[in-house]
Amino acid sequence: MMKIITIGMNHETAPVQMRECLATEPDNTLKALKAMRELDCIREAIFLSTCNRVEALFITERETEAKTAVIQLMSELGDMAQDDFLSYLYTLEDLEAVQHVFRVASSLDSMVVGEPQILGQIKEAYSEATRQKTSGVILNRLMHRSFHVAKRVRTETDICEAAVSVSYAAVELAKKIFYDLQGKKVLLVGAGDMAELAARHLMRQGVASMVVANRTFERAVQVAEAFKAQPVSFEEVEGQFLDVDIVITSTASPDYVVTHEQVKQALRKRRNRPLFFIDIAVPRDVQPEVNDLDNVYVYDIDDLKGVVQLNKAQRIQEAVKAERIVQEEVSKFARWLKTLSVVPTIVSLRDKMESIIQVELRKSRSSLAGLTPEEIEAVQTLTRSVAEKLLNDPIVYLKRMADRKTANTYIDMAKKLFSLDEEEDAE
Amino acid sequence: MALLTLLLASGGFIVYIVKQEKWIFNWSYWILVAAFFFHTIFLGYRYALLGTAPVLTLKSALSFFSWCILCAYLVLQFRFRLMVLGSFVAPFAAFLMIVSTALPWAEGPVNPVFKSLWLTAHVGTVFMGNGLFAIAFLAAVMYLIQERNIKRKRLGSFYARLPSLATLDSINHYCLIYGFPLLTVGMITGSIYAQYALGTYWQWDPKEVWSLITWLFYAALLHERLTVGWRGRKAALMSIFCFAILLFTFLGASLWLGGYHSFESLGSRTAL
Repeated sequence: MMKIITIGMNHETAPVQMRECLATEPDNTLKALKAMRELDCIREAIFLSTCNRVEALFITERETEAKTAVIQLMSELGDMAQDDFLSYLYTLEDLEAVQHVFRVASSLDSMVVGEPQILGQIKEAYSEATRQKTSGVILNRLMHRSFHVAKRVRTETDICEAAVSVSYAAVELAKKIFYDLQGKKVLLVGAGDMAELAARHLMRQGVASMVVANRTFERAVQVAEAFKAQPVSFEEVEGQFLDVDIVITSTASPDYVVTHEQVKQALRKRRNRPLFFIDIAVPRDVQPEVNDLDNVYVYDIDDLKGVVQLNKAQRIQEAVKAERIVQEEVSKFARWLKTLSVVPTIVSLRDKMESIIQVELRKSRSSLAGLTPEEIEAVQTLTRSVAEKLLNDPIVYLKRMADRKTANTYIDMAKKLFSLDEEEDAE
Repeated sequence: MALLTLLLASGGFIVYIVKQEKWIFNWSYWILVAAFFFHTIFLGYRYALLGTAPVLTLKSALSFFSWCILCAYLVLQFRFRLMVLGSFVAPFAAFLMIVSTALPWAEGPVNPVFKSLWLTAHVGTVFMGNGLFAIAFLAAVMYLIQERNIKRKRLGSFYARLPSLATLDSINHYCLIYGFPLLTVGMITGSIYAQYALGTYWQWDPKEVWSLITWLFYAALLHERLTVGWRGRKAALMSIFCFAILLFTFLGASLWLGGYHSFESLGSRTAL
């Protein structure tokens, strides 16, 4: 009996040190695929290795043997003792494995649910497997179905939409204000992990340039270097309000660093171009009244957290929808898998038909001798189409019965009706 | 036929704003293009029939106005690729068409004085400008909704569906920049036409006066935008206000204030 098995570890089951061991070598995937191709017990295989998961997906008829071999292979690749990492592995079989693959592809199993990279990584792993010719009928189908599931999840749910981190939420807001961040200028006042993360997100969205200010100028220079930004002293901040579009504040100052009056003055000079304050500091750096000014938007840390909370709640809702889609697709795939059980019978049915045709044509060769090659061809076509028409109904019927529990009865019946077993025995 | 397809497109756009699926938008968009196409044929037919632009009754003026809005939207769609705008424009145009259809036919023969290319130029440019202003108005409404969402930190479903503030503001800007010259040209051709038809450039007709007021307000808005750097909320409010005056000029001045621009006198043969 053919089995679909996946063995692997992900961010939930294994600590990062473990995953690192397996994922660091860039050509590990290639090595693994080559090794699995050599194994007799493995029919088809795909190897996925990202920073959050390492997984081997394979098809086998000899379950225990294949599992041991794959675990052995992984321990060699990661240069780890088997006992050490055995407890971090999960093993899933058949429909559970199918479900797992679908969930991974649609990013339901990711550390950040809904992040889009994983699909690309799976596609990469699959194309590597096809290049190494380790993927076959079942895995090809499984992979294509998983891309389809991922697409459905992406289009039918809003799982990818919502930002679930404070810094990312800030970027989303900036986009709703400015549309395009290309060419915009950012001012970073004070430094801190979250502020720098937000700045980094903004830079990735194409923000043109950045200015860094800090109470201690050395620190400003330090941070500025990391971003290729321009450092300025703390006193220059107010003047900067004239050119920048986004201001991220995170100083430890107990008083407001940005006041209503300052911004009001600046606005007139900047001809009312919108200004977006992201205030990550506690206590706050930007006077709340600044938000009352036209074309100025102030979001403090609580506001941003509120956005994130909202998005998270939405994501959980959407995940339920996504799981339903996965379930639907798993049962579709299960139906397809079952039709595989009738495939050998259908193949031998066709073989038998073919050999009968050949034998009969040979027998009548003498009586057909007077015909032209075209006529002989016509006779052959005729014979074949009669035979095919005759076999068509039984084949369709078998396929339809394939996902019934009693499928085997029908297979046996077909074999007996067409005496297929004897044929095989005779060979 | 035009009304039917337009209604269909409006329905599609409303479904689109709820469901947010691209194919619904695509369908609605092409249905809208079809609606525009039928409408164009209809107007062309009427033009041929009357021998002049079909704008002499309120009914046909509304229908023409609706056509202009669609036209402006399609041009903007080409420029901004802003899907959600359709969800506002299509129903608005459909509403105008419904009103237009509901009004009774009341058309006598056309006074020969209207069979002039100047009239077509006058009405065409003014209405095109009005179409752009209508879209500026819709963009301003969307801007205010979105601005409120962001300021009040209420990021609901409308927030996700509406475009960014910068986009809405630039649509508003774009419509003004192009709408204003059209209105200006429309008024100038109108006065030339008046000279040609009535022998005087300007005669303090209520509609003329109100048009001038509208023009001044739009000029003020444009001036503030270009020189002082007005933008965002204030500009949006102002363009809504300007559009209200424009509507009054279009409907109010024609219906209640009388004068030779009113539809009553336009329809009758004895006027002038």
